[in-house]
Amino acid sequence: MREEKTIDIDFRQGCKPGDMVLELRNITKRFPGVLANDHINFDVKAGEVHALLGENGAGKTTLMNIIYGLYQPDEGEIYLRGKKVVIRSPLDAIALGIGMVHQRFKLVPSLTVAENIILGLREGGIIGRMKRVVERIEKLSEKYSLQVDPSARIWQLSAGEKQRVEILKMLYRNAQILVLDEPTSILTPAEAEQLSLLLRRMATQEMAVVPFITHKLPEVIATSNRVTVLRRGRVVEEIRTDQTNPRDLARKMVGKSVLFQLKKPEIAPGDPVLEIKNLRALNDKGIMALKGISLTIRESEILGIAGVAGNGQSELAEVIAGLRGVLSGEIIFSGEDITGLSTRRRIEKGIGHIPEEYMIGVVPDFSVADNLVLDKYFEKPFSRRWGLDHKAVERFAEEMIPRYNIRTPSKETPAIHLSGGNLQKLILAREISHHPRLLITNLPTHGLDVGAAEFIQNQLLALKLEKCAILLISEDLDEIMSVSDRIAVFYEGRITGMVPAAEAVKDNLGAWMAGVKL
Amino acid sequence: MDTIILIMQAATLFIFGTMGEVLSQRSGVLNLGLEGMMVVGSLTGFAAATLSGSPWIGLAAAMIAGGLMSLIHGFIVITLRQSQVVSGMALTIFGLGLTAYVGKHFLMVGAPPRVPTIVSGITPLLFLGLALVPLTWFVIYRTRFGLIVRAVGEDPEAADTAGINVARVRYICVFIGGMMAGLAGAYLSLAYSPMWREGMTAGRGWICIALAFFSMWRPAMVLIGAELFGGLWILQFKLQGMDIPVISSIFTSPYLLMMIPYLATVLIVTLVMSNEKLRKRIGGPAALGVPYERSS
Ligand SMILES: Nc1ncnc2c1ncn2[C@@H]1O[C@H](COP(=O)(O)OP(=O)(O)OP(=O)(O)O)[C@@H](O)[C@H]1O
Ligand SMILES: [Mg+2]
Repeated sequence: MREEKTIDIDFRQGCKPGDMVLELRNITKRFPGVLANDHINFDVKAGEVHALLGENGAGKTTLMNIIYGLYQPDEGEIYLRGKKVVIRSPLDAIALGIGMVHQRFKLVPSLTVAENIILGLREGGIIGRMKRVVERIEKLSEKYSLQVDPSARIWQLSAGEKQRVEILKMLYRNAQILVLDEPTSILTPAEAEQLSLLLRRMATQEMAVVPFITHKLPEVIATSNRVTVLRRGRVVEEIRTDQTNPRDLARKMVGKSVLFQLKKPEIAPGDPVLEIKNLRALNDKGIMALKGISLTIRESEILGIAGVAGNGQSELAEVIAGLRGVLSGEIIFSGEDITGLSTRRRIEKGIGHIPEEYMIGVVPDFSVADNLVLDKYFEKPFSRRWGLDHKAVERFAEEMIPRYNIRTPSKETPAIHLSGGNLQKLILAREISHHPRLLITNLPTHGLDVGAAEFIQNQLLALKLEKCAILLISEDLDEIMSVSDRIAVFYEGRITGMVPAAEAVKDNLGAWMAGVKL
Repeated sequence: MDTIILIMQAATLFIFGTMGEVLSQRSGVLNLGLEGMMVVGSLTGFAAATLSGSPWIGLAAAMIAGGLMSLIHGFIVITLRQSQVVSGMALTIFGLGLTAYVGKHFLMVGAPPRVPTIVSGITPLLFLGLALVPLTWFVIYRTRFGLIVRAVGEDPEAADTAGINVARVRYICVFIGGMMAGLAGAYLSLAYSPMWREGMTAGRGWICIALAFFSMWRPAMVLIGAELFGGLWILQFKLQGMDIPVISSIFTSPYLLMMIPYLATVLIVTLVMSNEKLRKRIGGPAALGVPYERSS
C-alpha cells in the first residue's frame, strides 16, 4: 500500500498578501513530565515572515514538528486555507506544501546534494535520468541565489552549504510554507544576513510563507513581519515586528527584564596558567589548521578568540584539551609541559573543556543526573568503594538543576529529551562545578536565548574570582568584546591581531577576521 | 581450465549469499542468520525437488523458505527492535537444528533431480550469479530504490524525514537477503553437490557474512571476494588430498586457509572503520545494527 502524494494545493494562485494560509488552533502536546505546547494558537499569512520566539525549551521545535507531522498533537487542530487537515507524517506535510529545515540537518552524508534532494520523491525513477534533476536544482539555486554544487557529497560541505541544500530540498518539493528551525545558529554573521534577505524575498515574491523559529532578537527584528513569543509552552504575545524592540521582546520571552548587563569582577590577571608556543596541528581533513600559534592566558583572565568558524579555533580548543595531536610546538600548563599528556590527565590537572557541539558533551541515553557527574564519577563523594553513591549523584543534580536553570522534567530524564539550550547549560554546570584552573569554552552561548546567554557569561566572569583562566571562543563579536579581557583574532590558522578588550574597535576586529593586517 | 570452473562454481554460492547480505546490510540490518537460512534452503530445495521431480521447483521453494525465515528476523529486529546479533545467531542455531531433525527423513533418498548443466558441468545458476553483480550494482547505485536503501542504512532519521518508510525498506531488503540465502543453500544441494547431508553448508553462511564486510558492500568487490574465497575453498580440498610434510602443513592446513576470509575481514573492517574519511567516502551503512525508532 503506497499512497501517491502529489501537491494538489497551490495556494499561491489567487492568494493575496495577508491572506490566512496556515492556522494552528489550541495545539497541545505533552511529553512525560512536560507540557511542551499548551493550547497554542499560531497562524501564518501569505507574503510575510512570522517569527516564533522563545527561550530554550519553550516548545518552539515541538510546535513546528507538529506542523511537519513528526509529532501528533494531543489536542487542537490545524487548518490550511480554512480546511481542516491532519498531518500524520512528513509525507503528508510535503504533500500539503509544507517544508521544514530542521535545527539539526537531516541529510545523508555520503550521498550527493542531488541525491539528497530527490530522496523520497517519486520522480527520477531510474536515476540514470539524474541530468534533469540536476538541471532543475541548478535553476532553483540560480533563482534564489543558493549556490551549491549538485554533485558534491554532503560530508564535504560546510554548515552553511548544507543549509542551502535543505532549503533547496524543500523548494524542489514545491514547498510553499517553509518552516526554519533556528536557521542561523550555525551560520556566520554574513551568511545569516544573506539568509534573512532570502527569506524576506521568498515571502514577498513567491508568497512562500515562512515561519521562522529563533531566539535571537536582532534576527527577529531584521527578518520578520510578525512575532509570536512563546514562554514555557504558552503564547504570551503576538505582535507586529515594527511595533516592538529587542528589549521589549526579551522581557516578554524571559518573563522579566533582561539587563543586558554583565557583572565584571574587578580583578587583575595573575601568573600565566597556559602558555602555547608555536603550535602547529592538522584538521580532520589533514590540512594545516594551526600554523604557528603562540599565546598566553593568565589567572583570572579571559582571552577571547574571535574569528569566522573554521579558521582553526576548534582545533586549538581540541589540542589544548588533548583531543587532537600536535605537529610541533609546546603547551605549557602551570609551568609544566603537557603536550604529551592524555585527556584524562589534563582533566585531573584542572583543564575543563566545553566543546562546540553539545551532543558530543553528553551521553544522550544517560539521565541528567548521571551526565552531570560524567567527569567526576571517579571522585569523592560520588565514588564509593564498589561503585557510585547514587544518593550523592542525586543530591548534586538537585543542587545543579535549579542553580543553572536547567529545564528538565526530572533529574532522571535522559539527556536526549532536553532541548538544545538546556543541554548546553547542563555541560556548563558540569564543567564549572569542577573548579577548573583553565576552562576552554567553544561557543558557550551558541543556541542559547538572551537570558541564558547572559547567565552563562556571568558564570564565566565569576570564575575569574576563582583565579580560573578562560579561553573563550566565540563568533559573536559583542560577546567577545563584553566578556574578554584580551582578544585574539584567528584567520586561516594564524593570529592576525591581538588587543586588550578595552581598546578593541569592532571594525578593526572585523578586518582582522577577514585576514587584513592592520 | 577445470580448476577455474571449479572455483567459479564454488564462488557462485558465495555470490548469492553475500549479495543478499550486502543488500540487507545496506539497509541497516545485519543478518547473522544467514547460515541457518542457507541450510534451510538446502533441505527445502532438496526435499521439494525430490518430491516434485523438478529442480526449479526446488530452487523456488528454497527461496521462499529462506525469505520466510528472514521475515522472522525482520519482525524481531525491525518491528520489535531487538538485538540483530542475538536474533541472527538464534536463527542460525534454529535452522541447523531444524534441518538436522527434519532432514533425517531425506538422508537415504539418494540424489535429487539436479539443476541441468549447459556445457561441461556449468549450470545456468553460475551465469545468474555473474549477472547479479552488475544488476545489484545498478540497483544500488542507479535506481531510486537503491538510493532509498543507502539512505535508510546510513541515516534512517534523515530518510524518515524525507518521507521514506524505513521499516518497509528494511523488510524488503531483509526478505530479498533471505531469499538469496535460500537460493545459495539450494544451489548447494541441487547443483554444487547434489545430495542432502546434515549441516552441509559447513560455515559457508558465515563466510558470506565476512565477505559482505570484506566487499565494503560493493557488488564488484563481492565478485572479487567470492572468486578469491571460492579459490581458497577449492585449494583447501586439493591440499587435503595431497601428501604434505608436517612443517608446511601448518601453512596449508584447511582450517588455517579458511581463516583467511575472516582475517581479511578483520583487517579491512579495522582499516575502514578507523579512517573516518574513507568511511564517509565508501558510504557504508552507518546505521548497521541499530534499530530505528522515531523519537516522539
Ligand atoms: N521527545 C521528547 N520527549 C520528552 N520531552 C521532550 C521531547 N522533545 C522535547 N521535549 C521537552 O519539551 C520541551 C520543549 O522542547 P523544544 O525542543 O520544543 O524547545 P525549544 O523551544 O525548541 O528549545 P531550544 O531553543 O533549546 O531548541 C522541553 O522541556 C523539552 O525537554
Ligand atoms: Mg529547538
